[in-house]
Amino acid sequence: MIYDKGFSVNVTSPPAIFTKDLWFSYDSNPVLEDVNITIPPGDFVSIVGPNGGGKTTLLKLILGLLKPSRGLAQVFGETPEQTRRRIGYMPQHSQLDPDFPATVMDVALMGRLGHGRFFGPYSKRDKEIVTNVLEQVGLRDFRKKSFAAISGGQRQRLFIARALACEPDILLLDEPTASLDVVMEGDLYELLQTLNERLTIVMVSHDLGFVSRIVKSVICVKRKVLMHPTAEITGAIINEIYGSPMRMIRHNGERNCNCHNS
Amino acid sequence: MSQFLIDLQHYSFLQNALLTGVLASVACGIIGTYVVVRRISYIADGIAHTVLGGMGAALYLNRVYHWHGMIPLYGALVAALIAAVIIGLVSLRAKQREDTAISALWAIGMAVGIIFISRTPGYNEDLMGYLFGNILMVSTSDLWMLAGLDVLIVMAGLLFYNQFLAVCFDQEFAGLRGLRVEVFYLLLLGLAALTVVLLSTVVGIVMVVAMLTLPIGIAALFCRSLWGMMVISTILCAIFTTSGLAVSYGPDYPAGATTIILAGAAYLAAIMVKWAVSRF
Repeated sequence: MIYDKGFSVNVTSPPAIFTKDLWFSYDSNPVLEDVNITIPPGDFVSIVGPNGGGKTTLLKLILGLLKPSRGLAQVFGETPEQTRRRIGYMPQHSQLDPDFPATVMDVALMGRLGHGRFFGPYSKRDKEIVTNVLEQVGLRDFRKKSFAAISGGQRQRLFIARALACEPDILLLDEPTASLDVVMEGDLYELLQTLNERLTIVMVSHDLGFVSRIVKSVICVKRKVLMHPTAEITGAIINEIYGSPMRMIRHNGERNCNCHNS
Repeated sequence: MSQFLIDLQHYSFLQNALLTGVLASVACGIIGTYVVVRRISYIADGIAHTVLGGMGAALYLNRVYHWHGMIPLYGALVAALIAAVIIGLVSLRAKQREDTAISALWAIGMAVGIIFISRTPGYNEDLMGYLFGNILMVSTSDLWMLAGLDVLIVMAGLLFYNQFLAVCFDQEFAGLRGLRVEVFYLLLLGLAALTVVLLSTVVGIVMVVAMLTLPIGIAALFCRSLWGMMVISTILCAIFTTSGLAVSYGPDYPAGATTIILAGAAYLAAIMVKWAVSRF
């Protein structure tokens, strides 16, 4: 291991996530154009932008689930396929069958696939790791409960636990706060902040206002992509991302923000 | 009913029928659970009905052209393979048209079967036999075949339980963990097709469809884990086939149809119980 988990980052260590001239289109309609981002290890990034702006697409390109039309995406200096096992991914849970017959433990254990043998039961160590991460997200006492019987907020935490069970160096979360109320959302951010002490976190989120208090950088995605340090996020930028068409603003004096409506 | 118990001790055809029901239950309980939770029961039903075309063609070749090696089982295998390949290709290439392709295969397969059977000279009670089977006419070699199928399915289920679970629950995540998702999906489809083919030549097509869905449907109402669902549906399946045999024996009803009606009634009753429990 070249880089330790404590982020005493030296200059030569590759960025956690790096994209260069990255383009992606579905059926010749460009969804993402010319994405150039560099996320250092230890960062806590929120990806924001309107629906259909390409947030999930960007996440899937980083995971290697989608292939770029042009350009490249790298994770720790390697292709996403090579580093997949260092990524813990939490998908939007609405895509999964809520009545699936599995216990909380069963679901979290899926994070241990690909670590041991290719067949047979999970090892004792796998179960210890999973019990431990369930403890971290506050679901230890629910581990024998049915997946169908737990609440939406508990499911979100379960999927974070499953991602953590992969023992990742990066956590990629797709809308972890969807269907959560404000209290649960606060708890979740507290958990993520603790995890950020040892993990790089990238999450897709809708509510910029709340998020900007805990994340370190914001990536705004609306076909074009720009990364800002959180400190620079102002009301004007928030408006720019979600509202008012065709206005350009300056960031950091470097170049024009491309977050205009297309 | 008491006559059934007395005759059971004397007639080997009844013992074979009972054993067939139990052996078929193991295969149906395990494969049916996977098929239901992966939401591909429509694919299994499609393959099951397409199989009739193959069985009809095999029967025709056997009787008219005297291809004596051509038994219905081989026809069923060929038809199931063709159906699985077409459904697989369509679902990979054009996802939204999958159900249309399955319906088309379903109807065409059955029509082809019926044409062949109508052109086959001789005693043609077989059509009913292929649809509902005749569990009272199972041979010892059929029993060995079913036992072999059970061994294969139980082995695969034990070895790859966690992998199948992950692929059925969240294919994308399983793939990200380095699992060969397509391989497991095809293995599952293959086992389902094999189950359908072997069982449809023994107990009939409609019986296979019923056994792959009704007991699992009941188990799904009350189970919270995959293996629990497999065990419960296997037990339920064995209860239905056994009681179907026992109930139909005295008044000489068709055993397959009786079993299906019993299972169907139990399914409806279970849904109503669940509904009532959730309301009060």
